[in-house]
Amino acid sequence: MTNPGGNPDRSQTRVVVAMSGGVDSSVAAALLVEQGYDVIGMMLRLWSEPGRESFNRCCTPDQMADARRVAEHLGIPFYAIDVKDYFRKTIVQFFIDEYAAGRTPNPCIECNRRIRFEFLLDHAMALEADYLATGHYARIKQSETGFELLQGLDAHKDQSYVLHILNQPTLSQVLFPVGAYTKQEVRALAARFGLVSAQTGDSQDLCFLGQDDYQAFLERNAPEIGRIGPIITTHGEQIGLHRGLPFYTIGQRKGLGVSAATPLFVVAKDMARNALIVGTREESGSLSLHAERVNWISGSVPTQPFRAQVKVRYKSIAHPATVTTQANDSAFVQFDDPVTGIAPGQGAVFYDGNRCLGGGLIASGKMASSDLAAAATQVSRQP
Amino acid sequence: MNQQRIYLDHAATTPVHPDVVAAMLPLWTEYYGNPSSAHAQGRAAANALDQARATVAQLLNASPDEIVFTGSGSESDNLALRGIMWAARSAGRGDHLITTAIEHKAVLDTARQLRDLFGFALTVLPVDAWGRIDLQELEDAIRPNTVLISVMAANNEIGTLQPVNAIGQIARRHGVLFHSDAVQAIAQQSWDMQQQPIDLLSIAPHKFYGPKGIGILYVRDGIKLIPALTGGAQENGRRPGTSNVAFAVGAAKALQIAQHDLPQLGPHYQALRDRLIGRLSDAFDGVCRLTGHPTERLLNHASFALRGVNANDLLMHLDVGGISAGSGSACATGDPRPSDVLLALGLDEEWAKGGLRFTVGRDNTMTDVDQAIGTLHKTVRNLNRLALYN
Repeated sequence: MTNPGGNPDRSQTRVVVAMSGGVDSSVAAALLVEQGYDVIGMMLRLWSEPGRESFNRCCTPDQMADARRVAEHLGIPFYAIDVKDYFRKTIVQFFIDEYAAGRTPNPCIECNRRIRFEFLLDHAMALEADYLATGHYARIKQSETGFELLQGLDAHKDQSYVLHILNQPTLSQVLFPVGAYTKQEVRALAARFGLVSAQTGDSQDLCFLGQDDYQAFLERNAPEIGRIGPIITTHGEQIGLHRGLPFYTIGQRKGLGVSAATPLFVVAKDMARNALIVGTREESGSLSLHAERVNWISGSVPTQPFRAQVKVRYKSIAHPATVTTQANDSAFVQFDDPVTGIAPGQGAVFYDGNRCLGGGLIASGKMASSDLAAAATQVSRQP
Repeated sequence: MNQQRIYLDHAATTPVHPDVVAAMLPLWTEYYGNPSSAHAQGRAAANALDQARATVAQLLNASPDEIVFTGSGSESDNLALRGIMWAARSAGRGDHLITTAIEHKAVLDTARQLRDLFGFALTVLPVDAWGRIDLQELEDAIRPNTVLISVMAANNEIGTLQPVNAIGQIARRHGVLFHSDAVQAIAQQSWDMQQQPIDLLSIAPHKFYGPKGIGILYVRDGIKLIPALTGGAQENGRRPGTSNVAFAVGAAKALQIAQHDLPQLGPHYQALRDRLIGRLSDAFDGVCRLTGHPTERLLNHASFALRGVNANDLLMHLDVGGISAGSGSACATGDPRPSDVLLALGLDEEWAKGGLRFTVGRDNTMTDVDQAIGTLHKTVRNLNRLALYN
């Protein structure tokens, strides 16, 4: 975590800590209190589906009670601030629109971009705070050239993937107190601090989906975006029907409802024909991708192609690649070897070792789109 | 808690006066008996309870039989409405109840439940932009089957006083009972129940430096009500449960102090209130406006609405700044619903989410008030940076 060296008296340095009631943010708050900061706990009241509030994975009344107890235990003020309408307008609508457009969105990235490190950060700064702290597993390092975002020390817990949207001004106002610890150490710290949440599980992503998968959510909230259509192989053969394109993800194998001699994977979505294109594992791999809305954490856009490791999903491994910046905040990524499961809408995040350089949202995978064209051609030849 | 904090939320609750604490202490340690018991400890407790009841009665110029101790001001409201309406129904004396749109939920929700679950007829009167009811409208609402009118003496959220004397006279003229929730108003004027045309009056001692956990309901002699709780003969069969003697003694002591100190406290409250109103009405380029009646209002109560500001954010910022204030619509879980009371005044949502209430107490000073005004200015400046999210 950064050393707020500008102010020697930490009791004069105000930190708003985003609290979820879970162990990570609770320990983050406890560490800041122990370090002597003027700490204020804050919980976002996010949107939940009307009538299903208690199924939400975050900010339920129970979790709010947990966070409140932790704050009371630490002797810090605690406030809940409402962001329901704004969250629905910015994140939930984005989530639905992305699926409607055939992509597989990562709403946590968008939430970090628009809610945590914009809405909440602004609210913290309006409260005359010097920093906003969260319980993310990532580290911020201040170097001569500015602030760097490093992976969390615990490789299994690293959350830099969903933080690639951070920029220099934001990084100068953010603290990740647990980023320098492993999850196991955080649990031990929770026990040492006597935190009631020490036993609760990890906080979950996709808070507003509740106990359902995203498909049931879409069926309830945007039934119009999925229509039944054909499942077509890369050779142009129709082998079944799909339930609606939003309900499938690139790289998906299970749940296609078709049988074939070799396992079939979703390789593309043909939005124009409402067709799901399936093929072999090899055919589901891509050698390159285009990323849009690319953010460069350093603040300067690389002028030359450079070598990097690229994650295409939150939990994917980092694939060696060459990254070339392009116009309009986009980038082209050429992998050394084919990568499977490149789903438009997910983040493509660039690393140099454990340093997160930035990233963007996947617009398309190259091979998938050429296969799609081939399949589409063959479909059109059918009577 | 920080010594420098400034508490300006006396309409929510007050600290217990040291003399009240002193008066209550022996009831837990020495005179701990159950007043329903026949032994010495029981008699001592019964004596203390009788004295408390006599004191309250004397301060209201009522008789001890007219004083019912309950568990809270809300319970007093519940007992008044349920007790009277049920008694009227069982005697075949009608089934219609009249109340107002800005009553405390203890009245409004009870009235709605009587309508929705028990089949009573209910009229909810609107209020004007200051929060006052129209007396002609009230009189027009009275029907042959009307049993009870319930109108609060003063509103908790906007401080507006209702013309209870005139309302009571209308009720008398039509042979209708009149209940008033005086939880906010009781300590700010003297009450002569021989003169007031009020049949039932709800009181909550924790609003005037008494303990929480006790309420009082004045019930005029001769009025029958069916108890809302059953199970014992305490309080003349009107409210069962082992008597809370300590709190009853504390309630009597608090009312005594409040009435005794009123000549000094009244002008003190009013000076602080008027400073707040003078400095904040129409402040911030018309973004802040006074809510409630400009003059016919509680002596210690200054309430405002801020346009485009969320009361939760407002109270959070004030709290961080060391100022404890209130709002009718704020809740600890951060749900920024617009205030029903402010909506009833005709304010639109843009204003009704930004209710703010400063209610001063005996220990507040002009310096406190000026500091609160300064902190509010800073808060509004800071919150303006968040306007883009509205």
